[in-house]
Amino acid sequence: MTMPDGWEMVVGLEVHTELKTNTKMFCGCANTFGADPNTNVCPICLGLPGSLPVLNVRAVELAMAIGTALHSTISPSTFHRKNYFYPDMPKDFQISQYDLPINAGGYLDLPDGSRVSIERAHLEEDTGKSTHLGGSGRIHGADRSLVDYNRSGVPLVEIVSGPDIRSSAQARTYAAELRGILIATGASDGRMEEGSMRIDANVSVRRSGEALGTRCEIKNLNSLRSLTRAIDFEAARQVELIEGGGTVRQETRHWDENLGSTSTMRVKEEADDYRYFREPDLVDLAPDQAWQDRVRDALKPMPAERRAALKGRLANPNPALLDALEVVIDLGLDSYVIAALDAGVEPDLAFARAANEIASDLDGVGNLSAESYVATLRMEQGGDLSATQAKSVLAEILANGGEPASVAQSKGFERLASGALGEVVARLIDENPDEWARYRAGDEKLAQFFIGQVMKLTKGQANGKDVIAELQTRR
Amino acid sequence: MPGLKREDVAHVAKLARLTMSESELDKFTVQLGQVLDHASDMNALDLDGVVATAHPFGLINVVRDDEVRPGLDHDAVMAMAPDAQDGRFAVPRILGEAP
Repeated sequence: MTMPDGWEMVVGLEVHTELKTNTKMFCGCANTFGADPNTNVCPICLGLPGSLPVLNVRAVELAMAIGTALHSTISPSTFHRKNYFYPDMPKDFQISQYDLPINAGGYLDLPDGSRVSIERAHLEEDTGKSTHLGGSGRIHGADRSLVDYNRSGVPLVEIVSGPDIRSSAQARTYAAELRGILIATGASDGRMEEGSMRIDANVSVRRSGEALGTRCEIKNLNSLRSLTRAIDFEAARQVELIEGGGTVRQETRHWDENLGSTSTMRVKEEADDYRYFREPDLVDLAPDQAWQDRVRDALKPMPAERRAALKGRLANPNPALLDALEVVIDLGLDSYVIAALDAGVEPDLAFARAANEIASDLDGVGNLSAESYVATLRMEQGGDLSATQAKSVLAEILANGGEPASVAQSKGFERLASGALGEVVARLIDENPDEWARYRAGDEKLAQFFIGQVMKLTKGQANGKDVIAELQTRR
Repeated sequence: MPGLKREDVAHVAKLARLTMSESELDKFTVQLGQVLDHASDMNALDLDGVVATAHPFGLINVVRDDEVRPGLDHDAVMAMAPDAQDGRFAVPRILGEAP
């Protein structure tokens, strides 16, 4: 969406990411998604009287890794209680970080060259999950709610950006790049559909050059699509409101994906009086330089660096290749592509088979070595396998393992002898004189017609390039 | 705290989900005021440059390893619930979304 003339939107994002630890933030309960309700719970995460929290070292290290990747300053920090009443939080307070977060400041550079500042990235615990029964399944009209505390106490890092974002597209790019960083640090699996990354958007509008407007916070955006749509809707709503003589009220709003609109959840007033105070059961956190260095040294390359490395291998990448490159970065398939490029495989092929074939069966990557990937692509490039056959070999290895040569053999994929292919092509030319005449007259599209016919007759065994070569010799 | 007002006590009571009668509000305004006055005696001291202390221990970085330990048995947990459904705690209709 483009803003109306003379208007600008100002957006800051709060991204909550669940940390990929074995256990919860303050207790030894398993941190897993999808377990039966209330099976990973104990006195600490149920908030039973007398229980005491003990901080998970892995959660601290992942938070430090996130901060390091975002160029934050890892700082001495403390924990606070954020007090409020809600059934998904049985202690009636959430342990969070308040005035002294573990990561202060920082920035994230986006692929488009823009920079978004990071205000902080702090540790906190997640709440339980409530399901609203009756009515629409939403809170309004629900008869009662059911609560599962498996998620209660799962470690989170909340990453707060500065109000530097100026469009929904930039917000989306920021969220996507941040997601890539969270995956690269090992902090998150990035599965937004499972709620492991949730976004709140602070949106305001102003006439160009004026002071910041009053902002509204849109809660719990669970996909990049929702994020984009919600920001666009909200900015348009605020502009319309102001142009109609109204004023924006600072409030929290709910995004309804089906209706495509935001609505008031609650107005900022005393409900937001959280009476933060220091958590007396936890001591200060102050990672020394040696610990910070260990975390920094263990960091794998971030998406920006990997993207630059792959782009450096491409002379004049076309848009399709750049799209495939983003998929490869996003899914962490770099090593396959680099191995293929090193072995002299054409870039288009090296990226496409990773971004399509491997990407479609990520659970199978353990079955596919970089060597097998390269060997399959070399067979395809050399004409021993057609494109269809190469895809089939990769799919088979991803699903069940095996070596490319033996998989190809077991599937009966043998290169057609050039004589055999020539016979097929000659027969097709005889049977399709009109198409042949048009091809000879220079209509290159007809090559695809002949390739399709050859593939049908040879059950996919022929190589498209070989077919074209045969056609050319007869032209 | 001489500045403690009756409205402050009413506000805190509301946040804590405590219902108070008018006479209780009067009584607790006096009592809570006395508690706060006592704490604010500290202000008589020159505390410039003294860092706030949250607890008396000099410990930092107290952490545990990220190892799973068994929690509570599901049936024992649900036995604590006043009401349950589908293995989950059932609670009355919630009137607003989480803060």
